[in-house]
Order: sequence, then structure tokens, then C-alpha cells
Amino acid sequence: MNNDLIDLLWEGLLETLYMVFWSSLFALAMGVVLGVTLVVTDKGGILEAPKLNKVISTVINGVRSLPLIILIVLLLPLSRLIVGTTLGPTAAIVSLSIGAAPFLGRIIESALKEVSAGKIEAAKAVGATPFTIIFRVLIPEAMPALVRGITIGIIGITEFTAVAGAIGAGGLGSLAIRFGYQRFREDVLIATVLLIILLVQIIQWSGDLLVKSINKKRYKFE
Amino acid sequence: MIHISNLSKSYKTAKGVIPVLQNIDLFIPKGDIFGIIGFSGAGKSTLIRCLNRLEEPDSGTIEIGGKVITDLPEKELRQARQKIGMIFQQFNLLDARTVFQNVAFPLEVAGHPKPFIRARVREILDLVQLGDKENVYPFQLSGGQKQRVGIARALVNQPDLLLSDEATSALDPQTTYSILELLREINRQLKLTIVLITHELDVLQHVCNNMAVIENGRIVETGTVEKFFLNPESDTAKRFVHIIDHYREKRSVMEGVGAGI
Ligand SMILES: Nc1ncnc2c1ncn2[C@@H]1O[C@H](COP(=O)(O)OP(=O)(O)OP(=O)(O)O)[C@@H](O)[C@H]1O
Ligand SMILES: [Mg+2]
Repeated sequence: MNNDLIDLLWEGLLETLYMVFWSSLFALAMGVVLGVTLVVTDKGGILEAPKLNKVISTVINGVRSLPLIILIVLLLPLSRLIVGTTLGPTAAIVSLSIGAAPFLGRIIESALKEVSAGKIEAAKAVGATPFTIIFRVLIPEAMPALVRGITIGIIGITEFTAVAGAIGAGGLGSLAIRFGYQRFREDVLIATVLLIILLVQIIQWSGDLLVKSINKKRYKFE
Repeated sequence: MIHISNLSKSYKTAKGVIPVLQNIDLFIPKGDIFGIIGFSGAGKSTLIRCLNRLEEPDSGTIEIGGKVITDLPEKELRQARQKIGMIFQQFNLLDARTVFQNVAFPLEVAGHPKPFIRARVREILDLVQLGDKENVYPFQLSGGQKQRVGIARALVNQPDLLLSDEATSALDPQTTYSILELLREINRQLKLTIVLITHELDVLQHVCNNMAVIENGRIVETGTVEKFFLNPESDTAKRFVHIIDHYREKRSVMEGVGAGI
């Protein structure tokens, strides 16, 4: 491999990391809001509101049923509005965040639902407010499941960035398309694929490690 | 202490509206250990959960220590709940928190300062004999120890009333006995009113003074525990006491046979 190629890959990797990091952060923030809202407004939840629940759920299903590439195209005007352009990694972050938020919302919802009703009830019985129950009971109790789910979510976002690369987002996905597909440079293609696999592995390992350390504290003898 | 009048509650299900509590009238004196017994599905849990409004009754009133619980708006209800402890069959401890942090939870909710919480939690953990377990997670505790944490959590904010829904049903007889002893001790020391739900006669006999029998959502008998055993009136009471009598007879027959050999 020549130096040009290494530079190219390095730049692609940095762009991908940049997109994954910010998209994950924004998608996570929106996902937490969505997931928590879905759980607390559900039937029997601490802030029961069936209508709101239904609306959010329907919107999430709607967004999730769109193929990502279509969603990105639909969100291009929003990217232009927020970051002033529809090209490059920063513009992609807008679409990726919004595209991944419903996905993370569902993941977070299902993790929070694992917390037993009894624990919530015990908190209610001592006079805890819904706010306290959400932040001191629901989220901490669900933490291992949350981390496991969020790991899956971030890996999903990593894959999304590769797709976004196909339509001008930059990053490793874009390299793979531009060089590997359009110019038949197999070495670039293989190198980008390896980098993406490595990236996904590192994310998975980190998530596993985190879950393990939480569980070790809670469920293992000293 | 507790006045329940004309309390009714029903659940709406696919099969229609099922009445679970029907026109309950009940008085529970201050400082009593009051037992409520009934067969499975009679409505015991629903009744006790109405007392702190984990379940909303359809109609009727509940007055606890002069406060009409059934009329309280959300915020005042939460304040009232801070003075009503509750223990559960499944303990319902928080896995993410140590024993100390579990017991501290009601005090955090009540907004007490840290030094106060520390002192108070230690005090109550000593009372339930778990002083040496404060940094342990619930996972590492036995059932009996978990229930002691549950009791400590229920008592830490000095409630006037303790509700117990089958708190010993998941425990072996030996552990049940030690938990009941603890409840009796607490009742004596802290002059705390305890409402205790059970389907075990042993529990009634061991700790309760007065009691009520619930059958199909209605209170069919109230009085002292002694009267219940000596002179059961309702069908449910007779069935419960009959079971004991049956075994008592069997035992005396067996003992008689043994003596004959
Ligand atoms: N959420 C609910 N929806 C519908 N029906 C319910 C609900 N909760 C309880 N019930 C019904 O109400 C009745 C009384 O239930 P409850 O839990 O109060 O009985 P219990 O006396 O505590 O029984 P057990 O000894 O088995 O705990 C039962 O017939 C039960 O099926
Ligand atoms: Mg019950």
C-alpha cells in the first residue's frame, strides 16, 4: 500500500468516527426521550397517556419502515437548513441521527420494560415522584440491558454511515464505493471493509466490557 | 387509626367488569397488628393496595390517621405515602443499589440531608440485624435477609403504618418465624400499626391481635384472632379452621396409635 492510500483510509476512518460519534450521541439523546416516554405513557405506566403513546409509536413505526437511503434523501432539506449543506459528514449526521433515533427509542423501550413492575411499585409506595422513579429506579435498574441495547444501536449507526457514504457523506463507506466499486481498486475495498469490521468489533467489545463490569458489581460475590 | 367505609373496586377485563372489592367497611385500631385472611383471589392484595392507593378504588373512603387518603391530590398522596411503609412478597429491592442505598431510598425521596440519612439508615439496619451487610448488593442476600432489607426500607422514614402483603409467603417456616418476631418487636418498640395480609394461619396466630376475613371481595367476619379460631362464623373461616382441626385430629389419632404400640 502506498502512502496516499493510507492517508485516504485514515481520513475516511476519521470521518466515519466523527459521524458515528455525533450521530450516536444525538440519536441516543432522542432515543432516550422516546424510549422513556413510550414506557411511562404505556398502559399501567407511571404517567399513563395511551393517546400520546399511540402517536409516538405510530411515528416511530413510520420512520422505521422507510429504507434508510430514502430517509436520508427525505431529510436533505433539513440538513441544508441546519448545517447549510447536503454533502459531507456533518450534513450526514443530521439524517443519521434522525434515522437512528426511532431505532434507539425501541431498543431503549424494550430495555426499560425489563424492570419489574414490583420495583416501580416499591418506589411509588415510598412517595417517589415520576421523575425520581425514571432517573433513580427505571434507568439505573435497566442499565445492563440499556448498555447492551445501545451497543447494538451504535453498531447499527456505524452501518448506516457506510450507507450514507454512498450518497456523499464521506467516510469509509464513501471510499469503498468511490474506489472499490467505481474504480475497481480491490485493495481499497478490502481495507475499508476490514476497518469497518474492526470498528464494529471494538464497539461490541466495549459494550460487553461495560455490561460485564456493571453485572459483576451487582450480581457477583466480592 | 384506619377507617374504611363502603369501599368498592372492580376491574374491567375482556369478559366484562369484575367486582373485586364490594362495600368494604373496616376499622383498624391504632397500634394493632391487624390480619386480613382469605383464599386466593378473595381480594386481599387489592384491598391493602387501596390503602396507599397503589390501586385506585372506584368508590368509598379510606381515612388513615385523620387523613382521607381517597381524597388526596397526587402531591399530597405522595407525602402521605412517605408515612406508610409497605413490604412485599417479592421484596422488590433495587438491584442497582446496595443494602444501604436501598434503605436510604425513602429518605432521599423525602429530601433528608446526607448525614441524617447515613445515621438513620445505620440505626434501622441494626434494628433488623443487617448492620454488617450495608455494602452488599441484594443479589448476595438470602430471602430472609432481603425481606429484612424490605422491612428496613419500609420503616426508615418512621411511618405510622406498615402494610405487609404476604411478606413471608416466599420464605421457609424458620425464616418466616424470625421475620414475624421482628414485626412484633417493631410493633411493640415503635408503636406502629401493622396491617398484614396472609393466607397462612400460622402467621395470624403468631402475630395478629385482630383480624378480618375476606371472601369474594367482601369482609365476612371481623374480631379477635382468638374468636376466629374458637368460634369461626363465616364459611371461609370455618374452612380455614377446619383444615387445622383435621390435622389436629389426624395427629391425635396417630399419636394414639403410637401410644398403643
Ligand atoms: N389488574 C387486574 N386486572 C383484572 N383483574 C385483576 C387484576 N388484579 C387482580 N384481579 C382480580 O381480582 C381478584 C382479587 O385479586 P387479589 O390479587 O386482590 O387477590 P388476593 O386475595 O390477593 O389473592 P392471592 O392470595 O392469590 O394473592 C382476582 O380475581 C384477580 O384475578
Ligand atoms: Mg395477593
